[in-house]
Amino acid sequence: MLATLIRLLGSFDAAEEATQEAFATALASWSMHGLPDNPRAWLVSTGRHRAIDRMRRREVEARRSGEAARVVDWIAESEAVRPLQEARLLAEENAMEAVQDDRLRLIFTCCHPSLAEETQVVLTLRTLGGLSTEAIARAFLKPVATVAQRLVRAKAKIRDARIPYSVPNRKDLRERLDAVLLVVYLVFNEGYGAEPRETERRALCEEAIRLGRVLLEMLLTAPEVRGLLALMLLQHARAAARFDANEDLVLLEDQDRTLWDAGAIDEGARLTAESLRAGVSAYGLQSAIAALHDQAVQTSETDWPQIVGLYDVLLQLQPSPVVELNRAVAIAMHRGAAAGLALVEALDGLEEYCPYWAAKAQMLAWIGEIERAGEAYKRAAELACAVGDHAQQRFFERRITALRHG
Amino acid sequence: MQYLLLVYHNEAQFAATPYEVLTPMFAEYFAYTTAIQASGNWIGGNRLEPTSTATTVRIRDGKRSVTDGPFAETKEQLGGYYLVEAKDLDEAIELAARIPGARIGSIEVRPVPPMPTMPPA
Repeated sequence: MLATLIRLLGSFDAAEEATQEAFATALASWSMHGLPDNPRAWLVSTGRHRAIDRMRRREVEARRSGEAARVVDWIAESEAVRPLQEARLLAEENAMEAVQDDRLRLIFTCCHPSLAEETQVVLTLRTLGGLSTEAIARAFLKPVATVAQRLVRAKAKIRDARIPYSVPNRKDLRERLDAVLLVVYLVFNEGYGAEPRETERRALCEEAIRLGRVLLEMLLTAPEVRGLLALMLLQHARAAARFDANEDLVLLEDQDRTLWDAGAIDEGARLTAESLRAGVSAYGLQSAIAALHDQAVQTSETDWPQIVGLYDVLLQLQPSPVVELNRAVAIAMHRGAAAGLALVEALDGLEEYCPYWAAKAQMLAWIGEIERAGEAYKRAAELACAVGDHAQQRFFERRITALRHG
Repeated sequence: MQYLLLVYHNEAQFAATPYEVLTPMFAEYFAYTTAIQASGNWIGGNRLEPTSTATTVRIRDGKRSVTDGPFAETKEQLGGYYLVEAKDLDEAIELAARIPGARIGSIEVRPVPPMPTMPPA
């Protein structure tokens, strides 16, 4: 609805204000009159049942979260909400397409390249994600004022530089879509790196998955959209097993697989297959690798040769030392630590990358080079600490202790 | 809406560029300028003399200071500008991307705030 209002009011700011006021009016009205019929009647009249289901789901979600958020509650009882009647008319002609088109415009605007990456993330979460400024601040462990200021500056830039509210044209679409997907994945990774007690930060994983579903709903059929959603589902499926009772990290190979979310794995695997059928993409390949991990009944049954093969294809598409590193780890599992280590030691440019030292350390330990393994774990711990990943830092320190005690 | 496209480049590199490379580049600039004039985007623009010819003027505490050189030492220096009319930032970015200097240096795209409408007298 915010998206439709933006188009009608011609300005991000005005639309946001309108929805705030409308929302406030709605709240006031509810407490007096209860939930109004109008929005539902409006939806029903177009016969778009999907839209209704979606609204209902959002309503339930919103109530659960304690905030009656972006639901169909903006009643045409306030001055500021008059545009909503126009929105309703428009919607009756073309309900779903209009809303979806507007959401597409919104997400591409939020992820415009002229905005800093951090700004793209915050803006997407605030508008498409519907997270409050406070919730975003808590999730990213930043002061509320900082996040608020970033939003203010972003909207000012959108207005003053006249960033267009539109879906990019064909020749720019691929690149712009990559930016949108990256933002969603950044949100997911922020949540993925959180410790169990950082509940709001952890919840970013679910938020990212939800955004991924929204992108899919918006008829973005590029294989990478499905691939990204699949990847996030498959990674998040392991959430319950990733930390032990002491809130310490548990490696993939040591995780209790009965705690993995079988439903998410099934859905992720299905989406992966659909993604790859539609075309080869980096996210699609990564999700296939994740699917192979998740579908193995135990670590020893992991299809390492196929994983290596997928990394080979991924390297063709996206050559990078990070992908080479991940492939080297798969080689180590498949052909032994020495083979993996030879590949890792040939890599350049990963000296500040924590997983590089972690992988190196593990391989060195396997071939009995205890001293060098300890040094590598030490470097990994330092780098983890530097980015505030204390769960990983503690993990590496435990490894160092374990090495010392044979 | 108007945008100022500021063309930055490394002057030292530019000075060291051989004639055979510069001549076709000037031709490209001419073609670009002609094209955006025809399309109605061009409002103005100029190449600038190098920063070795620059003078910086400041008034502080009522005192005038006139110094040799650009306002600050930067890795890239302002070499020229285009003032264009574009419907939004995306169009301005397109215009900037077509400037020959974009391949070597950097083009800064700055929106020009619209003139506030004066109330009737």
